[in-house]
Amino acid sequence: MKTFIAGIAAGLIAATGAGADGHDSYPDRPVMLMVSYGAGGATDFQARIVTMTAGNEDALGMPIAIVNRPGAGGRVGWNWLATQAEADGYTLGAYNVPHFIAQSIEGGVSYSADDFEPIANWGADPAVFVVAADSEFDSMEDVIAFAEANPGGLTFSGAGLFVGHHIAALQLEKAAGVELAYIPNNSGGAGAMRAVIAGEVMGGVNNLSDAFRAQEAGTVKILGVFDTERSDFLPDVPTMQEQGYEIDDASVNYRGVMVPAGTPQPIIDRLAEIVPAMFENARVQSRMEAGGSPMEIMTRDEVQQMWSDRQETLEALLADL
Amino acid sequence: MDFLFYMGDVFAPVSFALLLFGTVFGLILGATPGLSPTMTVALMIPFTFRLEPQQGLILLGAAYTSTVAGGAVSAILLKIPGAPANIATTLDGHAMAKNGEGARALQLSFLASAVGGVFGVMLLIFLTPVLAGWALAFGPSELFWLAILGVTVIGTLDSSSVVKGLLSGCIGLWLATIGFDDIMGAQRFIFHDAVAGGINVIPALIGLFAIPQVIAMFARGRTDPGAEVIAVRRHPIGSALRELLGRKAPLAIGTAIGSVIGLIPGVGGQIAGLVAYDQSKKFSRESSKFGTGHPEGIIAAESANNAMVGPSLVPLLTLSIPGSPTAAVLLGGLLIHGIFPGPQLFTNYPQVVWPFINSMLVGQVLMCMFGLLIAGLAAKVAKVPHGVMAAVVLGLAVFGSYSVQHSMGDVYVMATLGIGMYFLERFGFSAAPLVLGLILGPIAEANFIQGSMIANATVGVWNYFFTGWMNWVLIAIVAGSVGYSAWMEVRSRRYTSKEEMLA
Repeated sequence: MKTFIAGIAAGLIAATGAGADGHDSYPDRPVMLMVSYGAGGATDFQARIVTMTAGNEDALGMPIAIVNRPGAGGRVGWNWLATQAEADGYTLGAYNVPHFIAQSIEGGVSYSADDFEPIANWGADPAVFVVAADSEFDSMEDVIAFAEANPGGLTFSGAGLFVGHHIAALQLEKAAGVELAYIPNNSGGAGAMRAVIAGEVMGGVNNLSDAFRAQEAGTVKILGVFDTERSDFLPDVPTMQEQGYEIDDASVNYRGVMVPAGTPQPIIDRLAEIVPAMFENARVQSRMEAGGSPMEIMTRDEVQQMWSDRQETLEALLADL
Repeated sequence: MDFLFYMGDVFAPVSFALLLFGTVFGLILGATPGLSPTMTVALMIPFTFRLEPQQGLILLGAAYTSTVAGGAVSAILLKIPGAPANIATTLDGHAMAKNGEGARALQLSFLASAVGGVFGVMLLIFLTPVLAGWALAFGPSELFWLAILGVTVIGTLDSSSVVKGLLSGCIGLWLATIGFDDIMGAQRFIFHDAVAGGINVIPALIGLFAIPQVIAMFARGRTDPGAEVIAVRRHPIGSALRELLGRKAPLAIGTAIGSVIGLIPGVGGQIAGLVAYDQSKKFSRESSKFGTGHPEGIIAAESANNAMVGPSLVPLLTLSIPGSPTAAVLLGGLLIHGIFPGPQLFTNYPQVVWPFINSMLVGQVLMCMFGLLIAGLAAKVAKVPHGVMAAVVLGLAVFGSYSVQHSMGDVYVMATLGIGMYFLERFGFSAAPLVLGLILGPIAEANFIQGSMIANATVGVWNYFFTGWMNWVLIAIVAGSVGYSAWMEVRSRRYTSKEEMLA
């Protein structure tokens, strides 16, 4: 309903020509946040939670309406944001790193990291390696031993190509020096998880938050975390580095808010100040924790640094493909 | 019998008020073209932020139940299926409405929905652990064959000839390839930004069904100004109930097919109605009446699409895997309150899960009551001139297409496909097979690619797709279905070739 009201309000203001010339009154109407994944996905779900307090006086003072533009692993939404969205500060977008950076390196899309200006980061969801609960694999060592005995014969699922899971898969292949059969799933992380539980594939790379839930449900075992340190949700699961594979945090799925390049600088500065504070809200934090969604709040400067680091790592990693 | 123990919670004043609100809101949004059950439930989620978990889920359960049934209203009265689940309802439902039997069609559709829906929720209540295994049994090879089975249905669905049905199915399959492909991310047939994300099924649905009749109405309106489109005769509820009970075969086929197909993750709701319609037609003694306003068509389609509601939640509640987009949104609704679905859900949170399931059960009954009320009101809408009707339908079509993802691109897609369909219809092609092609194409393709990737890494393509009893059963049904279509075509050629040539 919010989106409709936002749409109507936006239309009315455009019709009466009451657009603000100065940026002092920003925002004077509801703001739209484009999510390039469908309703119900992890990004959409988290975006709805972290923006729910936007209407508070100490935040933007105006609600943020979520608009979904799903398709092609996020490419459709980000293409739209880079080329067609108005850079007036009323159109924000949710980003997923490394997805959009990897896609822009792969090519075939009309955006790169330079087309967007980061505002703030709200979450970091590392990839993990999962196997079905009844699998014979109990550690990454078992998995790699099988892969060495059967080159290209170890099937494991992930959410798609050029997303965090795929990056993690490439890193694993490189670090362990084995050939694996990565099976991208057409229904995202949920579909990839289903394939693991149903035994269609021998293992899978998936989001820590979803894998944590599946482990609670008793359907999977988590063998390793693709991050530099252990997660608070899974203190018993070792990282890949601890198990002897040189894998850094390049595949960690960072989620946050950005705007199209060309948005007026005063507005970017104002958003960069308010939005991270909005994520700190206690209600937001408790809802995110209840949903098993790991938060990591980063300011604009930190995100800029993270983006350029990723750009470098991913260019090197994807150059071998 | 746990569900009976928690039945009282549903009738607590606040919960029941939410249940009523969810049902009415769901019916209204469901009847609005373009607002699919997924969208409706997503729109409800913010309301649940401030509610207790139990109450929030009662609201969501009621809304999910009634939007699926609400889609029948626009499908019957306006020939705009609100969601893919309601495609089959348009075929006979709108034909009945045109014959002045709109009230009867609506009553039958809501009664059939309630019967199918209650059965589906009962399955969820009593057989969840058994069904969970079934939901996992469909891997890429089985889903591929299932989609191929759907493709073979295309030929016999709502067409004057099998060949024309297959041809329009092929157009649908081709349209489905437009956009980035799901697995490899390759770009195909993208000549305009509007289709970069592929053809979205809902705008396509609206365009293909609504626009040809808008054009036809405008064309007719000039020569025949005062004409009535929907003259609705009153129809007593009692006789609708008797009629439903008298037509047990389509009701049983629809409910059974809806329950079974609803379980299969990723396929369920979209094709349950169409498959049930097609099977009822094949088994019916009056199969020639299907498509001309035959009540059995509505009964089969609507009982199937509501029977799917309960089973479609099995993978979510037991395995924590959302099997459909709507289930994914409901997962969000659970997670917000810190409730993780899984096998322990029923032991850890019985006070939330059982009222949620009960709300769907009670929601089916309430939905039926409100639906019958709407059917009565529809009878008061008597004379609607063509021009006004066309304008209303066109307005709803544009609104519905735009609202899916706030994109003018979808409106262009809707208009283009609709105008194309107008000409195709003049040559005897039909929209239903085309939409089925559009829905099944990506399922067949993605599962074939995934299956062959797994196969190449393990047992080889032949062994993967052609062994295992599930594959054999599906292949046998595919062969049977193709054979039936071929036989029908040969037979109809022999007897009706003259009329075919004249037509």
